[in-house]
Amino acid sequence: MIRLIVHRLLVSIPLLLAVTLLTYVLDSFAPGDVAATLPQGQTSLKAYMALRHKLGLDQPVMQQYGHWLMRALHGDLGTSYFSGERVVNLLNQRIGVTLSVVAGVLIVCVSAGLLLGALSALRGGLVGRIIDVLSIAGLAFPSFWVALILIEIFAVKLEWLPAIGYTSFFASPRLWLMSLVLPVFAVALHSITSIAKQTRDSMGEIMGRDFIRALRASGLSETSVIWKHGLRNAALPVVTVIGLVMISALGSTVFVERIFVLPGLGSLAVEAATNSDIALLQGATLYFTLIVIAINLAVDVSYGWLNPKVRT
Amino acid sequence: MSPQAGSASAAAPSAAPVSLLRRLLARPLAVLALSWLGLVLVASLLAPWIAPYDPLDQDLLNMRQGPTLAHWLGTDALGRDLLSRLLYGGLPALTGIVEALVVAGLLGVGIGVTAGFYRGRYDRFIVQAVDLVMSLPAIVVLLSILSIFHNSMFAAMISVGLLGSAGIIRVVRSATLAVGSELYIEAARIAGLSDFAIITRHVIARIAGTIIVQLSLFAAVVVLIQTGISFLGLGVPPPAPSWGGMIFDAASVLNNDAFMLVPPGVTVALSVLAFALIGDGLRDGLAERWMQRGGAGVTTPNRASAPPPAPMLAPNPEAVLSLRGLVIHAQGRSQPLVDGLDFDLMAGETLGIVGESGSGKTLSVLSTIGLLPSGTVVSAGEMLVNGGRHDLSDPRRLQGLRGTVLGMIFQEPMAALDPCFTIGTHLTEVLRARGGLSRRAAKVRATELLREVKINDPEDVARRYPHQISGGMAQRVGIARALALRPKILIADEPTTALDVTVQAEILDLMRALATSNNMAMLLVTHDWGVVADICDRALVLYRGKLVETAPVAEIFSAPQHPYTAALLRANPHNAVPGAELPTVADVWQQQALIP
Repeated sequence: MIRLIVHRLLVSIPLLLAVTLLTYVLDSFAPGDVAATLPQGQTSLKAYMALRHKLGLDQPVMQQYGHWLMRALHGDLGTSYFSGERVVNLLNQRIGVTLSVVAGVLIVCVSAGLLLGALSALRGGLVGRIIDVLSIAGLAFPSFWVALILIEIFAVKLEWLPAIGYTSFFASPRLWLMSLVLPVFAVALHSITSIAKQTRDSMGEIMGRDFIRALRASGLSETSVIWKHGLRNAALPVVTVIGLVMISALGSTVFVERIFVLPGLGSLAVEAATNSDIALLQGATLYFTLIVIAINLAVDVSYGWLNPKVRT
Repeated sequence: MSPQAGSASAAAPSAAPVSLLRRLLARPLAVLALSWLGLVLVASLLAPWIAPYDPLDQDLLNMRQGPTLAHWLGTDALGRDLLSRLLYGGLPALTGIVEALVVAGLLGVGIGVTAGFYRGRYDRFIVQAVDLVMSLPAIVVLLSILSIFHNSMFAAMISVGLLGSAGIIRVVRSATLAVGSELYIEAARIAGLSDFAIITRHVIARIAGTIIVQLSLFAAVVVLIQTGISFLGLGVPPPAPSWGGMIFDAASVLNNDAFMLVPPGVTVALSVLAFALIGDGLRDGLAERWMQRGGAGVTTPNRASAPPPAPMLAPNPEAVLSLRGLVIHAQGRSQPLVDGLDFDLMAGETLGIVGESGSGKTLSVLSTIGLLPSGTVVSAGEMLVNGGRHDLSDPRRLQGLRGTVLGMIFQEPMAALDPCFTIGTHLTEVLRARGGLSRRAAKVRATELLREVKINDPEDVARRYPHQISGGMAQRVGIARALALRPKILIADEPTTALDVTVQAEILDLMRALATSNNMAMLLVTHDWGVVADICDRALVLYRGKLVETAPVAEIFSAPQHPYTAALLRANPHNAVPGAELPTVADVWQQQALIP
């Protein structure tokens, strides 16, 4: 188990390096550079060169990247070109919101996905057809479109939930929860159906295994055979899918945060992209990659926890 | 990002694209999907001629109108005609799809095929790189790209192609690996064909179907990404029409005019769906090609036409279990698998049920606990056991008998244990759920049970998982579980077939000892006369679902009454004469039939 975690962490290092290097090198290809886009900078060539030197832009790219990496390892991701604030502070203020959404999506889509998938494997019929229809909708409609429809129904028409905005958990847990419901479901719709489909397939496979018949023969109730043994075994391949689904859900938060005006990493990244705030964008990319690594790690750990062959 | 990389059968064998297209056209949904995409393509290309208005023209007198005769899909907040904007927005969307597909296709096929073809270090590097790219948060990478190349949908779509190629490389590589190991590739190599010729003419031709499927599924993802980027206002700059931009416009007036969401949303959804349906249709088409037409002409079971049940024998009052008139059908077949079986199991007796594979012996015993495999049903049959009369055609009613009256052990001891739970849990859960024991008492009892089945160090074994014990030990655990609720009858389905010969004897000894000490009757399914001779008091011979003969074991061996029994005995490998051919049942049976 420990070995599994260590392996995953070791594998994550090249991922981190690749992502940061990629964004760094890409930025160096940018037509014009940051110093030129600074509106408040003096326009004289001398001042421009001085700023370039100050920002280290006159050095070779790899050397710049090396500097950036060393500073990043010490928790310094530079300052935002646009707002002048420290990037780390900006990101830390925002990450809680994104993590709240991601955690909500995880809880909703895992519980609903497993339940619906298992039900449709066992009953087929109506539940199966509902999942099919939902999965078509989840696949076909963009998450931000679904978000708007949810706002129209639950915020505008029914007025049950706030349409936009975010309340901090520490300000009011109830309002915090209410501000998360619609964003979470907008992202989760797609994820639920992916998980439900995988659960249905693996549940169908597991319920045909010999040990299920043996468990029934031993006198266990159907409830115990299905929900304890069947689901536990079916969950193994589902865990891998959950990992992939969560990574794609992380991407969807970018859109959904934008729509619901949530002050998260995603909306920050879009602002940074709009303003060409390279340092901020690099920082945001790093944070997103760290979340991806955390998701992969969680997948590995839960896989090991669920599968005694890996654990022991 | 990846077009369902995992779910596509990686090594799916390919079909010629032409026949694949024909298969696709045989599916109404796929035809609809193709027509929709054709419609979108034509309408987008002809937008300048067929659009009723200029997409930027503002009709300030008719703002935020629902559909009218003048504006079929209504107008937006600036009075711009939504139908026109939708039509003009089609071209950037389609262009983006083509750009991303070209990049992903060229890279995906080029790298995937060569990696699968040449293997070695290059292949290992590619696999690592693909894993890395696939765990990138794609949208964030795109944001970086777009911050550098402002409003360049071209740059974004090329990047989408690059990122998406990873998933395609993965699938194409697997397909190439599968094809590459086939003999004709080797033959082509020996014949002196260049690598390039082999790859283009043989490998790619073979996996073309797989490639098209992947690209089609990828296209569905690209539509969503393209829409997403223009929704964020990072692709096509705002006044120009785009599908994503139209959704953004609709968002800003959501309170007043929710209908504005419909035209772009439905267009996008239908396009995504069309690509996905075509991909799925092609994939099914590929799979179909490799499936023989099976299960054709299946008729539904017809109880009415089943033969009238034979007059039943009166149950034997001394029997612990009496089975009467058991008929088992495979669903949709009229020929029964078990046809009117009657037998009695006496107290303390061990009854062997003997027959060839397919004679219905396992089905017969499984029906007593209502656990027939799916696709088989009991059409008739009654069981008297434990002072009760049970209709075997209603399996749910038999659940109460499992474990408490009828304990069962199986042929594959390892497969009968849940790999996710410890040996101890297998026993304690039954003891707690049905035996009513507390957690602690169940644990103590489980250890006792393991000791009863002659497992040394039961505490240690209880903590182990199934994969950590041997097959022989797994069967002992299976027996312990079957005994947990002190059943009156132990049913064993070929309990020693999957075990080593030395272990077989130990298990049989154990079963015999436990049957005696617990005063259990045993029902033992086997095809092994050695087992019958070793442990059974009486044997029952089944042939094609019918009872052939039943007699005490000594009589069966010395004087088989039925020619089939004699044939089965002579085919016993234990009696084989070294050097002589072992007679099969069919051989002997035929000889017997010829000699009256």
